[in-house]
Amino acid sequence: MKRLCTLLLAAGGLFAAAPTTIAIHNARVIPVSGPAIPRANIILRNGLIEAVGAEVAVPADAWVIEGDGLTVYPGLIDALSTFGIPDAAPVVIPGGGRGGAPAQQPQPVQPTPVAPANSPARGPEDRPYTTSWIRAADLVRPTDRRIEAARAEGFTTAVTFPPRGIFAGQGAIVDMAGEKAGDMVVDDDAGQYVTFITSPGFGGGFPNSLMGVIAYVRQVYLDAEHYRLAKQFYSAHARGTQRPEYDRALEGVLDSPRVLLPARRRIDVDRLLRFSDELHLKTVLYGLPEGYRSADLLKKANAAALVNLRWPERARDSDPDEIDPLDVLEIRDRAPSTAAILAKNGVKFALYSGGIDRRADLIRSIRRALDAGLSPDDALRAMTLSVAEIYGVADRLGSIEKGKIANLVITKGDLFQERTEVKYVFVDGFKFEPVEEPAPPGVRGDGPATPTNDVPPRGGNQ
Amino acid sequence: MKLLLLAGALAASMLAAPPIVIQNATVLTVTKGTLSSGSILIRDGKIAEVGEKVNVPADATLVDASGKFVMPGIVDCHSHIAADSINEGSVSVSAMVSIEDVLNPDDIAIYRALAGGVTTANVLHGSANAIGGKCTVLKMRWGKDAHDMIFEGAMPGIKFALGENPKRAGNPTGQRVGAANVPPRYPATRMGVEDVIREAFTEAKAYQQSWKDYNEKIARGEQALAPRRDLKLEPLVEVLEGKRLVHAHCYRADEILMLLRVSDEFGFKIRTLQHVLEGYKVAKEIAEHGTGASTFSDWWAFKLEAYDAIPYNAAIMVRKGVLVSLNSDSAELMRHLNDEAAKTMKYGGLSETEALSLITINPARQLMIDNRVGSIEAGKDADLTIFDKHPLSNFSKVEKVYIDGQLYFDRDHDLAERPGHDAEKKKLLDKENEQQRRPAPGVGRRPAA
Repeated sequence: MKRLCTLLLAAGGLFAAAPTTIAIHNARVIPVSGPAIPRANIILRNGLIEAVGAEVAVPADAWVIEGDGLTVYPGLIDALSTFGIPDAAPVVIPGGGRGGAPAQQPQPVQPTPVAPANSPARGPEDRPYTTSWIRAADLVRPTDRRIEAARAEGFTTAVTFPPRGIFAGQGAIVDMAGEKAGDMVVDDDAGQYVTFITSPGFGGGFPNSLMGVIAYVRQVYLDAEHYRLAKQFYSAHARGTQRPEYDRALEGVLDSPRVLLPARRRIDVDRLLRFSDELHLKTVLYGLPEGYRSADLLKKANAAALVNLRWPERARDSDPDEIDPLDVLEIRDRAPSTAAILAKNGVKFALYSGGIDRRADLIRSIRRALDAGLSPDDALRAMTLSVAEIYGVADRLGSIEKGKIANLVITKGDLFQERTEVKYVFVDGFKFEPVEEPAPPGVRGDGPATPTNDVPPRGGNQ
Repeated sequence: MKLLLLAGALAASMLAAPPIVIQNATVLTVTKGTLSSGSILIRDGKIAEVGEKVNVPADATLVDASGKFVMPGIVDCHSHIAADSINEGSVSVSAMVSIEDVLNPDDIAIYRALAGGVTTANVLHGSANAIGGKCTVLKMRWGKDAHDMIFEGAMPGIKFALGENPKRAGNPTGQRVGAANVPPRYPATRMGVEDVIREAFTEAKAYQQSWKDYNEKIARGEQALAPRRDLKLEPLVEVLEGKRLVHAHCYRADEILMLLRVSDEFGFKIRTLQHVLEGYKVAKEIAEHGTGASTFSDWWAFKLEAYDAIPYNAAIMVRKGVLVSLNSDSAELMRHLNDEAAKTMKYGGLSETEALSLITINPARQLMIDNRVGSIEAGKDADLTIFDKHPLSNFSKVEKVYIDGQLYFDRDHDLAERPGHDAEKKKLLDKENEQQRRPAPGVGRRPAA
């Protein structure tokens, strides 16, 4: 009960309840892993799904939820996010020195004194914009207020990453409730999150171009492989061998079971899949507003894709006299068809919210994909079981099956209809009842500071 | 996008295409004289026959070029199109970066280059560094994926740069050294540029040696750890071993001589000097080194080091025995390199053939792809440009461009497609305007991932 009370406080505005055993009685169940069951019982015990099926008996000790008129879905998983990472701001020092240590004083070529921490990177060896050793699992906090809004949208789980840097750090799969951080973490090994940021201008240090970032990432992977061999060699011949220098940047890279790389255009998909092939990386591409043109490449490489549900749009404050070229217009028009085309071509993909934090907006974005030909079943799978499969946790998340984690969304009506009410959300067997959303303001003036999915002008550096 | 699809469709339709015979044209072969009424048989992407009369296979597509001029596809030895980034300007030696990593086959400049008759271009890294990034030779195969544009088998290159750009680029203020609390980038003088090149090659030799030592140890059966692969030094070792061509941006005579001497000292070759506006002052020395020169026709005084340029530069270097080409360095200039070539007839009195050589066979030789392109000869790639008038007339227009025997640009087709593009664009704009009247999805409290 103490835990319950704390949760109540933490959840603020949501009602959470955690009896040990819960039975959802006579509900329509969409397991995702199999066909829909018109009437079934689901038994949750100790945070796991104990049983599911039409014939399952309701245990005597269970709290019973009458499922008449309700539909039960697996909890949605946001496949790429920063949930639980308050302010999402690990310290990133450009040119922070090998392994993140303060950089050595640059060669005194000019008399200007230079503060080491601010010195621009002189090359890959300075490991610019790299915090690969940071783990989201160590950063998550259950107090992040965004978690509550996400649960109201139907997300019970998120894959969350340290957001900044070229090698930003290692992701974690977290459940969207918990008294303390440790309660939330389902898996601390979701992969390395890579962004293609560049230093500003020519004076800001290496790298300041897209090809510089790519060269940097390539050099780091080569270094990591060399580091691995050097450590191996050293442990076999320690006596008489100079020891390899400990490098936490490379440790972080070697620790990551997969890497997430950003891809907007077809050409990004093409070049990054070639790049991954060259370096034998296990790659997941994310973004993909031009994924509708890239299905053949993804299929051929058998690569997974995370598609951002925040479809690219013309900037609200764009100059009305400035007309974008045809291909940019086409990307904005066709981006929502990406999911349908990937599904049709048998590409493994998932959808992520891209920061959309109101249910009505999320549903509207999903509906654009449905209108462009995505089947509701494929949409649901792309936000549940497919995410779990991409991150290698399908044995515990992503569907309503015996033994999996008790993460559920229970609705009155179809999950992807705007007017559908989310009645209950279960996270690790804890029940939450989303409160009424506040009435949306007439005109929303709180747009994003930095849109992530916009199509850059042609030829521009990323 | 439609454009792209069109080109793709055009290209695809030509894949298993029957032979093509271009008939009744004035054929400017460049290396084998001019045929006033000649024909070209194209088969399997290659020029099968050229002559007054050629075999006309029964299944051949006939292209009547009466009154028109066919020349080899233009080769541009210095371009910056078709890439998503050009300069890694942060460091003085950026040899670790590669244009090949950032090729962008959707760049409309590729199609526009085709419309100017260009079929091959050397896409170079920028000039912000004494030693810049790796370069790639492309064919303008508009509609193909990035990798399919790469000129198969062409020797890879690397960009060097001397003078104002590399000594200014790292300096954040553009002029003043050490301003704004940002450390200036070495070098800040021409002496420094030389030093950077020397130091880099000294490092590269040591790196080369470390691999030799390692390989010898392994050959002797000893256990050893391989050296760390260094992406910055690997291409310099390739330069030392003659496996990568150096294209060096330069202007002044003194720095040109400096570079030639440094390369002699370290034992590598400068394949081409780029821009080389004062090349006429040291043409003899350039020719003696077997180094090529790729220059502008009459573009100068855009900065201090470009004040001593003269429009006779190309012609003088040609007369002194230098292998000379004219390049664009610009997506705009790239569309009328034939005009640029024509200027060397006015300034310096080059012959028609010599002028055409500057944008065809000579750059092909500089890039060591002259066995494939640069002239109209049997056995070479069918990379051809058909002009409506003599290409050295500035009234001429490109009508058709073939690469590997495939039609990649057709002026009539382009003109016919334009209303369709406009309609498509209007449709998308109207649709978007309609959508924009509805409220946007809100993204408020949660930062985007």
